[in-house]
Amino acid sequence: MAIEIEKPGVGLSKVAVSETHGEDSPYFAGWKAYDENPYNESSNPSGVIQMGLAENQVSFDLLEKYLEEHSEASSWGKGAPGFRENALFQDYHGLKSFRQAMANFMEQIRGGRARFDPDRIVLTAGATAANELLTFILADPGDALLVPTPYYPGFDRDLRWRTGVKIVPIHCDSSNNFQVTPEAMEAAYRCAESMNLKVRGILITNPSNPLGATIQRTVLEQILDFATNKNIHLVSDEIYSGSTFSSSEFISIAEVLETRGYKDSERVHIVYSLSKDLGLPGFRVGTIYSYNDKVVTTARRMSSFTLISSQTQHLLACMLSNKEFSENYIKTNRERLTRRYDMIINGLKNAGIECLKGNAGLFCWMNLSPLLEEPTRESELALWKVILNEVRLNISPGSSCHCSEPGWFRVCFANMSEQTLEVALERIHKFMEQRRRRN
Amino acid sequence: MGLLSRKATCNSHGQDSSYFLGWQEYERNPYDEVENPQGIIQMGLAENQLSFDLLESWLAKNPDAASFRRDGQSIFKELALFQDYHGLPAFKNALVDFMSEIRGNKVKFDPSHVVLTAGATSANETLMFCLAEQGDAFLLPTPYYPGFDRDLKWRTGVEIVPIQCTSSNRFQITAAALEEAYQEAQRKNLRVKGVLVTNPSNPLGTTMTRDELDLLVNFITDKEIHLISDEIYSGTVFSSPAFVSIMEVLKDRNLGKTEVWERVHIVYSLSKDLGLPGFRVGAIYSNDPIVVAAATKMSSFGLVSSQTQYLLSAMLSDKKFTKEYIAKNHKRLQKQRSKLVAGLGKAGIGCLESNAGLFCWVDMRHLLSSDTFEAEMELWKRIVYDVKLNISPGSSCHCSEPGWFRVCFANMPEDTLKLAMQRLKSFVGSIAVNDRSHQELKNSRRKFRTKWVFRLSFQSFHDREQDER
Repeated sequence: MAIEIEKPGVGLSKVAVSETHGEDSPYFAGWKAYDENPYNESSNPSGVIQMGLAENQVSFDLLEKYLEEHSEASSWGKGAPGFRENALFQDYHGLKSFRQAMANFMEQIRGGRARFDPDRIVLTAGATAANELLTFILADPGDALLVPTPYYPGFDRDLRWRTGVKIVPIHCDSSNNFQVTPEAMEAAYRCAESMNLKVRGILITNPSNPLGATIQRTVLEQILDFATNKNIHLVSDEIYSGSTFSSSEFISIAEVLETRGYKDSERVHIVYSLSKDLGLPGFRVGTIYSYNDKVVTTARRMSSFTLISSQTQHLLACMLSNKEFSENYIKTNRERLTRRYDMIINGLKNAGIECLKGNAGLFCWMNLSPLLEEPTRESELALWKVILNEVRLNISPGSSCHCSEPGWFRVCFANMSEQTLEVALERIHKFMEQRRRRN
Repeated sequence: MGLLSRKATCNSHGQDSSYFLGWQEYERNPYDEVENPQGIIQMGLAENQLSFDLLESWLAKNPDAASFRRDGQSIFKELALFQDYHGLPAFKNALVDFMSEIRGNKVKFDPSHVVLTAGATSANETLMFCLAEQGDAFLLPTPYYPGFDRDLKWRTGVEIVPIQCTSSNRFQITAAALEEAYQEAQRKNLRVKGVLVTNPSNPLGTTMTRDELDLLVNFITDKEIHLISDEIYSGTVFSSPAFVSIMEVLKDRNLGKTEVWERVHIVYSLSKDLGLPGFRVGAIYSNDPIVVAAATKMSSFGLVSSQTQYLLSAMLSDKKFTKEYIAKNHKRLQKQRSKLVAGLGKAGIGCLESNAGLFCWVDMRHLLSSDTFEAEMELWKRIVYDVKLNISPGSSCHCSEPGWFRVCFANMPEDTLKLAMQRLKSFVGSIAVNDRSHQELKNSRRKFRTKWVFRLSFQSFHDREQDER
């Protein structure tokens, strides 16, 4: 819905004044409330605890240790001999050593069950840019992408805002743990057709945000078959692939393709980033991995608009090429996330709250539907406001993720210390007790 | 397999143009003083490589900036998590101070009007998305940076309509040319949303005069359109006249807080002035809060790495360093440019009088076999393949007159520049000996050449030429 500008003549573009950036949704409103009254253990112990930010803060010590022991990664060595070359490097192919390191890292995450060719890696300033870029390449304005719900709220902006592409949801619900089904995909496709929209692809997030669960192999196969039958693209955003609690449970679309001998793989594209697994969202490191040569070439050229700082490429090339570091990091990070997950699940259980069984990610998918006045979006938002203002926890309501079942909330657990998580769980416990007493 | 989008299959990325083909040829056979002395010398790349030692010595003296430390404390975690699209405040503050300093502190910039982007490439595209719809047009004076064809048009669907400039008045913008371009857009049924100028100009290497800037302000006021001033080379103005920023003109004309004030936007970057193209540091500066707000959100698609923002905030906050850098950088650019001009002169080649940039706009019209772009391409190919210099033909910059070439001088050491000039001299000499058409061309030169274009004195290769100046 565009805002009309009253100025005569010139004005700005529709894109500039539209609301498709999505910044007025509760997802962002919660952030604002937190910014105005942020929790701090000592200076503001009754402030809002941020549980709406999917950040990974559990493994910084590993990164800091690496940097201390390898100053050449951040300083181009004594006397900075590599500085000039690095400062000049703006080749959109990206630093070869960095692409190599990324390919290896992606392989390690998948336990070596899939191979990645560094020359198929296109670098972008974050997965945000990667998803938008792919959308520009795979679809024309007015076309549609099918996306399973619930999905990351940022997609409304990333896939639609400047591209003019539409999202048609593939509705998933709790009856089968929110898994995608062939029927749901078919229904979404027909829905798009009825709106005269040309479907160009299906975009999945695996492991899922906000579910915090990996997609099962059978479901991946069904999704791939569906894409093949309809002759459309498949984008698999695997940004949380390194955050699975157990290595063996994550099946990448790359593995499915490998099993099929890469037959018909030109329709498949993988998005990755170091923002979640390595906890480096500020460094803007995203990648597109495509099995389609034309997509690789075009994406590379388009990446001119969103290149990764060569200074950062150099740092991460050093870090990720260090096998000792990367193996230890992946393993330790997994262990710590698992521990956090167990902590929050048990804490919530003790408070009488159930969550979806998860096995990945930086959050859990919590079921508060029993608390709703009515099974409606309005009730959900009312409950969300209560939790924000009274319990002082910023969590993400399912409706902001386009969940069709009211009452579900995404709760992040990796962006705070264990002590803070304890405080949050105590508050939830108290809140639930109060509600029980009232009833 | 599904088809790709129209954007993916069209040619608007511009990669088939000669601008990029010259690069490819260079990649295949790059000059190296030791390894490949017969290779192609890259003179098509507007990079500033003359002042790295100043940056390197600053880095050596300030190791904390690259090591994620502030006052001896590690701020790694803070930086790693910092993805706020409003940008690092310390960096924006340092950046606006630097921009001010470059303009002799005649204008002050407000950091809250700055939007950081991954390079000027991203800044220019983002502004298009904010100011124009698919199918709208922006007017650009020719010759212009070839990359604009991709940056402004590819994903945005915006059109470029040229404002034709000619050597008759040193390629300056005229009121007539502006009006003609506007009319041309009307004839094509294109709605004009604004004018985009590069000041100092790429490829001309000249700063815009105050008259030109006044003309532009009048034009955009009259047509009620936007003005984007890409000032990416503002820190490379090495001789007079001094750089006059569009902001200064608006200020001097007391246009602050008027409607036109909000329709002027500046693009900047550290790729040319500081020689850091790899770090992807660009910025949009706008007086329109809605543009700032929209562009800020859009910058999510191309944020500057927080690691890099921090390093540069430390560097640019060091006022002693920036003062020294700006002054020394100017001197070196001026010196190198003089060497290029002198070398060209020895080969009987003149160029546009210039006071900025990393290149010269060189006049090789007298070497063309005919006054056509085909002849220009012919000459260009000979220069790339035979003389082994990669220079940029004017046609790739949409110049309306054949025979002009952009030749970069700041991306190589003095010796390499010398060698390049020697090769050029030999080449020109060989044409004189071998080409019979050269004689005919010299006779017709009187028709095309004007005094404005050549430097007042340069060594002539042939005695016979002296009466033609």
